[in-house]
Amino acid sequence: MNIRSLLLSSAAAASVLFGAAAAQAQSPSGQAAAGQTPPVGADARSTLSPGLHDAGQAISNLTLEHSVRPAPGFFDPEAIFAPPTREEAEAARARAAAVEAGTAEPPPPRRYSPLAMANSDMAMTNGRLFVGNFNGFNAYDVSGEGAPELLLSVVCPGGQGDLSVHGNLLFMSVEQNRARLDCGVRDAEGEVNAERFRGIRIFDISDLSAPRQIAAVQTCRGSHTHTLVPHPTDANVLYVYNSATSSVRKSDELAGCRDGEPGENPETALYSIDVIKVPLNAPAQAAIVNRPRIFADRETGEIAGLWKGGRFGVASQSSAVTNHCHDITVYPEIGLAAGACSGNGILLDISDPENPARISELFDPDMAYWHSATFNTTGDKVLFTDEWGGGTSARCRAEDPHSWGADLIAAIENGRLVGKSFFKLPAAQTASENCVAHNGNLIPVPGRDLMLQAWYQGGVSIVDFTDPARPMEIAYFDRGPIDAERLMVGGHWSAYWFNGRIYASEIARGFDVLSLEPSEHLSAAEIAVAERVMQGTINPQTQSRPVWEDHPDVAAAYLDQLARSNGIETGLAQRARTAVQQWRDGRPNRARATELSQALAVVPEKTPPADAARLKALSELFARLGRGR
Amino acid sequence: MSPTPALLLAIVLGVSAGGQTPPIFHPGAPGAAPRVISAAEAVELSRTGFVAADVRFMQHMIVHHAQAVEMVTLLETRAASPTVRLLGERIAQSQAAEMALMEEWLLARSLPVAAADPHAGHHGINHAPADPDTPLMPGMLSPSQMTALAASSGPAFDRLFLEGMIRHHQGALDMVEALLAGPDTAEDPMLSDFASSITADQSAEILRMQTILSGL
Repeated sequence: MNIRSLLLSSAAAASVLFGAAAAQAQSPSGQAAAGQTPPVGADARSTLSPGLHDAGQAISNLTLEHSVRPAPGFFDPEAIFAPPTREEAEAARARAAAVEAGTAEPPPPRRYSPLAMANSDMAMTNGRLFVGNFNGFNAYDVSGEGAPELLLSVVCPGGQGDLSVHGNLLFMSVEQNRARLDCGVRDAEGEVNAERFRGIRIFDISDLSAPRQIAAVQTCRGSHTHTLVPHPTDANVLYVYNSATSSVRKSDELAGCRDGEPGENPETALYSIDVIKVPLNAPAQAAIVNRPRIFADRETGEIAGLWKGGRFGVASQSSAVTNHCHDITVYPEIGLAAGACSGNGILLDISDPENPARISELFDPDMAYWHSATFNTTGDKVLFTDEWGGGTSARCRAEDPHSWGADLIAAIENGRLVGKSFFKLPAAQTASENCVAHNGNLIPVPGRDLMLQAWYQGGVSIVDFTDPARPMEIAYFDRGPIDAERLMVGGHWSAYWFNGRIYASEIARGFDVLSLEPSEHLSAAEIAVAERVMQGTINPQTQSRPVWEDHPDVAAAYLDQLARSNGIETGLAQRARTAVQQWRDGRPNRARATELSQALAVVPEKTPPADAARLKALSELFARLGRGR
Repeated sequence: MSPTPALLLAIVLGVSAGGQTPPIFHPGAPGAAPRVISAAEAVELSRTGFVAADVRFMQHMIVHHAQAVEMVTLLETRAASPTVRLLGERIAQSQAAEMALMEEWLLARSLPVAAADPHAGHHGINHAPADPDTPLMPGMLSPSQMTALAASSGPAFDRLFLEGMIRHHQGALDMVEALLAGPDTAEDPMLSDFASSITADQSAEILRMQTILSGL
């Protein structure tokens, strides 16, 4: 979420700097992703009835298991943010005139700032779900089969409450000027600045009956999101990449913070990220150890080396200036990070995590604000999101461009990012639903790239981007708008696959728990395999490769995929199915498995890469079965 | 950790939770023991206030922006350079958009859009102050300067326009600085974000105008 974009959605200020011609000159690589953009039209999601807790629902290939209302102390109907309508603005204008004329008393001021109690991002550890909020965070026990059980709430306002967990530590992003070191908002008088906190808080959550703030790392631009990066060899060291999008603080408030463009001030806190080092045996000593210039021009060394803001061409989106990252996703097992950095998507080499180094960058004239990034499992694709309009606007209406506010699917080819296609929520939404591409993660089905994703009031959607040029939606869940007449900001902030279930945080309504249903697009075996992948701790922006234990369902999943794409000869498929059934019945035929392995290893020419990979994986699986593992 | 707070906490929990509702903690500064608060207190903590200086800032900035728009209307019949013309149009666009946002912020809080204090030009740009050589607020052109601008044309206008607009933008930066220097100001997240965006965007525009000016 980015309120600033709402405020300056015209972005006219940015386009002042560069006319179309100048913009073209600054990015020779700038060209639109070329693949197919699926059409957007009306479906069951487009005409749902409104309501805060009783809105109409549309669901496809999912089951809604639980809807959990906001925790006590984290909800007030007045706190739901609604940008004023034209009529309201006029009424307020008349009221203000009456107040001025002395014919009316001024009404009391509004109680809440925008999004004061919005639910935001999530993380999971040891069967506990942590849901961030602009007002703090809540923890739920989700280890059992029943409804999630609230364990505790922590009130610590400051927005936007992006959080991660590592062992007994919980990290939280704080960006707003209102935030105080002591988690208060109104107590500080006079010397306000000394008590202000913008940066990353660290809580000790080892004892849930006494959660304690143990450290608070101040940063020059606060913290919008952050990403945990484990040290490759030293288990005592954890790095945090801090992405900050807000204004630079005064140097008398925080020493060493300088504002301005690099031409005027080479020390500027713009154009970098913060690398924070956390010694896990003494987390209170966490400190910034680097502010790498990851946007620098490789040849000239110019600090502001990427997109300078503005439109690429007359009909292009106005893209934000690349002077920060909004979010970074790391994939330590492949030594890479993908940065969604305002005007560009970038690829970083993080083999030395303290010194991330940019190896590729992508610009696209349809992308307004590169917002988040997710690698596929293999690590040869990245799904980027574009938060056009900042998340508080209706951007999924039928008339909105289908490649704006969408996902951009990029391939990594020889270490370079290459845009392949766009995917936007295919169901048109109403003008009273804030909607744009937002946070998600992968559903771990081997042989496929499945992205689970939140679209604010556009709901939750699952897109298959195995073929990066032809993304396709395979499941969804959506509610009607909070209000039919006016846009009240709500909807799903993040939708994450956590150990077999979908958890989707809802800005105004709490969070939802969903499960997958078999369909023509996803088989029971594929779901079973995904649901069996378990991880102790999950921070979606710290990706790890899922481990699929050898199991008949894994073989069946590949076979289902190959059948769906006509990627396997029928006789061979039948023999393989029989072998899987024997395996399932506890009497695997080793000789037959070996024979099948050899047959599957012969990949016909012109087999699409996804099918070739499936055949290879299946062949290897049968080979292991043949060897008795 | 000293055992006493934990013990106290356990007692508080036992009393307030009654075994049903999970506790709500308010952590305190790093190292401090958390305290347990009620749901009502939790809600109260999320309120954000604004102070009179915030309101004045928004009201004044509207007046300030309005003059920029007025300067650009002069440009249509007087400017020589197409670059200056284009730049002017874009400035007017962004300033108008920001004015709408500031109005919205004020109206949503049922506050008057026009400032009540006499130094702010009660009804904006239409009511000039008494002294024709004194600008209404930092960086604004004085009435005499506006008259001089309106009387010029061609390259002379371009130069006056750019010089005036640079000063005008600089004034906006000063206003932001003054706002942030005050106690308890800019706590409202939207206002605080807006103030910082003014700094970022207008600094960039100043740079651009200086470049154009040096090439005239």
